[in-house]
Amino acid sequence: MADLTTNFAGIKSPNPFWLASAPPTDKEYNVRRAFKAGWGGVVWKTLGEAGPPVVNVNGPRYGAIWGADRRLLGLNNIELITDRSLEINLQEIKSVKRDYPDRAVVVSLMVPCEEEPWKKILPLVEDTGADGIELNFGCPHGMAERGMGSAVGQVPEYIEMVTRWCKQYTRMPVIVKLTPNITDIRGPARAALNGGADAVSLINTINSITSVDLDAMSPEPMIDGKGTHGGYCGPAVKPIALNMVAEIARDAQTANLPISGIGGITTWRDAAEFMALGAGSVQVCTAVMTYGFKIVEEMISGLDQWMDEKGYASIDDVVGRAVPNVTDWQNLNLNYIAKARIDQDKCIKCGRCYAACEDTSHQAISMSPDRVFDVKDDECVACNLCFNVCPVENCITLEPLTPGSIDERTGQTVKKEYGNWTTHPNNPSVFKAAE
Amino acid sequence: MSNNQQTPGVVAARLSGAELEQNFSDLHAPLDAHEAAVAADRCYFCYDAPCMTACPTTIDIPLFIRQIQTGTPDAAARTIFDQNILGGMCARVCPTETLCEEVCVRETAEGKPVEIGRLQRFATDTLMSKDGHPYGRAEQTGKTVAVVGAGPAGLSCAHRLAMKGHDVVLFDARAKAGGLNEFGIAAYKSVGGFAKAEVDWLMQIGGIRLQGGQALGDNLTIDDLSGDYDAVFLGIGMGGVNALRTDGEDKGNVLDAVDFIEELRQSNDLSTLKIGRNVVVIGGGMTAVDAAVQSKLLGAENVTMVYRRDRNAMGASVYEQDLATSRGVRIIYNAQPAGVHGNGAVAEVEFEYTTQQGGKLSGTGEKFRLPADQLFKAIGQKVTGAPDALKLNGGKIAVTQNGRTSVSGIWAGGDCASGGDDLTVTAVAEGRDAAEDIHAAIS
Repeated sequence: MADLTTNFAGIKSPNPFWLASAPPTDKEYNVRRAFKAGWGGVVWKTLGEAGPPVVNVNGPRYGAIWGADRRLLGLNNIELITDRSLEINLQEIKSVKRDYPDRAVVVSLMVPCEEEPWKKILPLVEDTGADGIELNFGCPHGMAERGMGSAVGQVPEYIEMVTRWCKQYTRMPVIVKLTPNITDIRGPARAALNGGADAVSLINTINSITSVDLDAMSPEPMIDGKGTHGGYCGPAVKPIALNMVAEIARDAQTANLPISGIGGITTWRDAAEFMALGAGSVQVCTAVMTYGFKIVEEMISGLDQWMDEKGYASIDDVVGRAVPNVTDWQNLNLNYIAKARIDQDKCIKCGRCYAACEDTSHQAISMSPDRVFDVKDDECVACNLCFNVCPVENCITLEPLTPGSIDERTGQTVKKEYGNWTTHPNNPSVFKAAE
Repeated sequence: MSNNQQTPGVVAARLSGAELEQNFSDLHAPLDAHEAAVAADRCYFCYDAPCMTACPTTIDIPLFIRQIQTGTPDAAARTIFDQNILGGMCARVCPTETLCEEVCVRETAEGKPVEIGRLQRFATDTLMSKDGHPYGRAEQTGKTVAVVGAGPAGLSCAHRLAMKGHDVVLFDARAKAGGLNEFGIAAYKSVGGFAKAEVDWLMQIGGIRLQGGQALGDNLTIDDLSGDYDAVFLGIGMGGVNALRTDGEDKGNVLDAVDFIEELRQSNDLSTLKIGRNVVVIGGGMTAVDAAVQSKLLGAENVTMVYRRDRNAMGASVYEQDLATSRGVRIIYNAQPAGVHGNGAVAEVEFEYTTQQGGKLSGTGEKFRLPADQLFKAIGQKVTGAPDALKLNGGKIAVTQNGRTSVSGIWAGGDCASGGDDLTVTAVAEGRDAAEDIHAAIS
């Protein structure tokens, strides 16, 4: 049995699975049920400053896209931070934390970008016994129009400034939650680090319109005939999140900054992938909003089984393990040559590989009158599209050619030695250097 | 005292009205919108899809399923009707398990094909429930074509000709159009008067005049038709029934299964239909299954289907055989009739077991008898009344690919014509293709 206990920037939890700051963590009732279900921690839904509570829309708050069988693939929301009073939230946080001392309780915060409001709220949060705070610099809708959320997260100087205030006025670990609605995630991450952040968490949601109501001619979710952009999350955003996590993990300046991975995590495998790219804990929202809290049981058992199979004893054995293999395109081995292979026993003869390759790629799959599909090695560039569109797992694989054999497409012998673009004869800069 | 399954002899109302209603309800309930969405999501949109190739009318199945998937069932129906104007009936009666669904790649993958038949019905029902008809006619050509036989082949041919702008006179021996869709086929496959409704819907295209009560023969000769019309299409089906050629075949209650099925289809009150306590059906095709299953559903206590060859040789699909046994029909394979016994009416049917050696069937000498209040013969039908001028092939009107007969100006299709399976869908394809060829020939 692998040890799943997690120490993330000094915040301890029995497993790395936390609930992200979102509707599931908006109140005591939910959080208690989540902890009963086995979640290792929560980031309490974002608190704002004292005063009249935030007001939400009373129409739909979510839009979605679906895959086959109406599987929810992506969700967007236009909900704001908590619309319950600060006082009640603080009382509830204190009550839950008292009963669940072993779980991580992190409190998400968003107050105006001025020193005074931050200075004021931090002791109140500290008094609850919470384990840490997460600065919401990410939400791209609503609050951003008021100079908060992603409006802060898009300006590295503001990130650094607010982070510094927080470090100054609280002893709690400070996690800075980053918005993906920027061009280079490393800038905000470096700013957080410079401000003294103990960790970053990412990604927050992506600006989006999920669909258009073609009768009303309005974006969804539609409120009385109008819609606005909302924050996109769920399985569809995972690839974007993984890349941003990896960018921070492999950046020389932020390489040692703890990362809490967020973005479409739905299964133990998704979580393990984030951890392999450097996430020391993971946060889940859309998956529980789709399936309920119970999925954490699968996440725990799956991660545990996989770690046992791989011989990883602790979370630290996993975190960042794939980071050394994330590189730039120019470092990829251009002498590595693969070809697609179709397992005829597994093939169900749907012909999707053929349609994809013939219509849109390299015309490298042949089709016989009796629907036998074969790869033409003299055309195949091993692009992997056939594998990706095949409905049967492992029916199509990409097999590397043995060094010394001939690549029928180019007529060249497959080289054993590594060779990348930086030394490739077609690279103009190499040519210039040789002159 | 009312009758029940054990009441001796041939009597009506063995089951209550409620039981009969239940027994003769839709074999496959229609999909609702949610079920259709779930079923459509399973389609892989195969390249050059095997289902499409397997369909005698070559309906673009992946396309129509995608159209259902994307919320446009009317467009899906158009895709179906473009190829098969009787797509509604075919969705109900096609042996999909031996056609499109048999070759579905998800049958290969998981042993569970996409429910193509039911999805087709969802699409066609959706469009047909709306007012109007989806097809219009081309500019009128002034040509008139005689279509003889208002079954699937004739209806399909007539509709396509009307679309092309030709006028059609549609003759049928019966007053009511529909052919086997109306008079054959098990009732639970076409409930709610669908066959008639479909004909009415089809005729809305206009330009088709139905002339019932006129069979090819005395008052309607091929020479007259050839002379009076610009082209002739024969879709006269198979009006004759093969004989058992067994002693005692002429006894009472020895009936043709097709007559029993027709009576049942045309009945307004199933509780008035008489059925035996013990029923024997001889034959191994769809007609035999339809007769046997419906006998059971009417309340016969014991229904036995006897087929002279083995299970694999049977004309009815494994699915149909399973349907029969699931309804309580007993199937005896490898036995041929050896005599019909009884004093006036049938009381017992005698069989001899068979063996097959080198493709030749012979009796083993071992015999047995089954009690029978009724014996239904379903050992095949044959073409009758084909004009003498036309060449035959294997007892059917010989045709080339587009239904051209040996006589210029006369086309044929459906069960009466050579080639193709005796299926509704095949008849529709043949009628359609003949219409295209007629159009090319007379335009």
